[in-house]
Amino acid sequence: MASAANPIEAVQMRRNRWLSLPAVLFIAAFGIGPLILMLIYSFLKAAPYGGVEWSFTTDAYVYFLFQRDIFDDTLQFAPDFLIIYLRSFVFALITTAVCLLLGFPTAYFMATRPPAQRNWWVLLITIPFWSNLLVRTLAIMFIIRDQGLLNGFLIWIGIIDTPITLLYTDFAIVIGLLYSYLPFMVLPLYSSLEKFDFRLVEAGFDLYATRRQVLWRIIIPLARPGIIAGCLLVFIPALGAYVTPLILGGGKHLMIGDLIAQQFGSGRNWPLGSAQAFILMAAVLVALLFYVRNTSGKVQHGR
Amino acid sequence: MASGQTAIAAKGVSKLFQGAGQDTVVALDKVSVAIRENEFFTLLGPSGCGKTTLLRLIAGFDFPTEGEILLHGQDIAPLPPYRRPVNTVFQSYALFPHMSVAQNIAFGLEMLGKSRAETQARVSAMLKLVRMEELRDRRTSQISGGQQQRVALARALAPAPKVLLLDEPLSALDYKLRKDMQIELKRLQHETGITFIFVTHDQEEALTMSDRIAVMNRGRILQVGSPRDIYDRPSERFVANFIGETNFLDGEVTGVSGAEARVKLADGAVISAGLPEGLAPAGRVSIVVRPEHARLVPPGAPADLAGRLETAVYFGTDTHYHVRLDGGGAFTVRTQNSRGGGAGFAEGEPVGIVLEPSAAQVLRD
Repeated sequence: MASAANPIEAVQMRRNRWLSLPAVLFIAAFGIGPLILMLIYSFLKAAPYGGVEWSFTTDAYVYFLFQRDIFDDTLQFAPDFLIIYLRSFVFALITTAVCLLLGFPTAYFMATRPPAQRNWWVLLITIPFWSNLLVRTLAIMFIIRDQGLLNGFLIWIGIIDTPITLLYTDFAIVIGLLYSYLPFMVLPLYSSLEKFDFRLVEAGFDLYATRRQVLWRIIIPLARPGIIAGCLLVFIPALGAYVTPLILGGGKHLMIGDLIAQQFGSGRNWPLGSAQAFILMAAVLVALLFYVRNTSGKVQHGR
Repeated sequence: MASGQTAIAAKGVSKLFQGAGQDTVVALDKVSVAIRENEFFTLLGPSGCGKTTLLRLIAGFDFPTEGEILLHGQDIAPLPPYRRPVNTVFQSYALFPHMSVAQNIAFGLEMLGKSRAETQARVSAMLKLVRMEELRDRRTSQISGGQQQRVALARALAPAPKVLLLDEPLSALDYKLRKDMQIELKRLQHETGITFIFVTHDQEEALTMSDRIAVMNRGRILQVGSPRDIYDRPSERFVANFIGETNFLDGEVTGVSGAEARVKLADGAVISAGLPEGLAPAGRVSIVVRPEHARLVPPGAPADLAGRLETAVYFGTDTHYHVRLDGGGAFTVRTQNSRGGGAGFAEGEPVGIVLEPSAAQVLRD
């Protein structure tokens, strides 16, 4: 805190602190407040027609993994929710991996354009955000359904005779997730590659590295902060996706987001929904901590 | 020193770049040059003269529009950089920021598939060569500019290239460090016996370090020679101007004998001047004389030129006399100061100028 030694700067720093106050108040009121409310709800009893009864119980967490036998009242392991969680993790992982595979070359291409062109490419990447996610997801539905553009095209060029069922499958969900989150991968990768000193590539070639070796030994290690940021920005929202699996999975292939929504809607079990949301949060936090512990050191050295 | 065997040669090499719109930029215009083995060869010229382009063609980062680049007689122009036994020290050093000093130096050896033991031994030897042993495990961001420079040198020398290319490697260093590194580079070149091709726009650096210099301008090599040749016998006006201070005189050739010409100067004096190779001029020519190759004499004494002393500027080690010639034009004489030796020429007084034997040189233009 060498700068704080200067009295004028110290006053300024004290003043600047208040600049963040509006945002802090907003987040506290509408972010942390509801979380606390949900935490409390998750330890209450479900009221028969939605809402809660104010008596403490850990039932919501127990019923996440177990089912009470209606005859002898014993707890039996019921993996239904767990399976939905695992499936969501797998979907999110696949989405993240494919986004990285598609996004990296895209970001590299953008970062190697002349500086004047780059902003146009960034603008192009953000075009999907100009329209609503729901509308775009419905558009995908029209493309991949049995009578949709894709099947129509494939039949027209003669590759297939009867439509391939794509809509309301796992495949449809992953396609939808990929489409929704690809920009969130490309943008952090781009901002990291844009700062990359491409003279290092020449240095690599000069020292007998082939193109592949330059990619793995020089470009990827130095793009690591962008890769990590992009993966987090895709993985976490993909894990909790709601609209995409609802529309493209047709309600048959649930993901965590739909499961939780169901508890607050037709399930009328608010405590279970709250508990499920907290279990998701805990899982993401644990995964993140693990990830950060294993990579942060390297990232810092890489800077 | 130069053993005479050609290490690398450019034959009729041109490089065109597509500029903005329709116009193409000619970066190199049919350049031919032969660089000998174990030679410290410098490409000298102002920015944009094509010296870095020529270096990049030799390294393989760019490919010539036409012409050949021969390494020991074999055309390497179409090869990618990782297939050329040539390494580069970059102007920006381009050290890998995610690797330690030792890892940077080991990189080229690893890419060549050397064994771990061989790599480690070579890295240690290189660290010793550039005197950086204590810093082997430091990050490249944690060392000074001069140290980064040494790491860049060690990294480029580690794979034992046939030719080492140096692209203005000293330009980012401050004056004192630059002087030290100049000596260091000469030492390294001597100890490794590798051909060095050094690119610079600094004429002093070129003169002090090189075995031979190629002076470049506008994509062409104007003159190749030893530092002494280039300095004492510039063959083109650009070379004479670019390197050191110089006096230009107009004259008329009255006779040629061998490599010497008799030249009649504007105010009547006839002097002998050296001729560039293969030039047999007649009529009007330009000649150059370096300021330290002339001296002032009192009026009346036998002299080659006569004029009036305008100013005398004292520089500590020497004094510069600016003389307005009777025949028109200006002439500068530089005289080394000796202790107590006040020259005794007063500003505004007439003086004579005597040129040292074979001080004058005829220019090609």
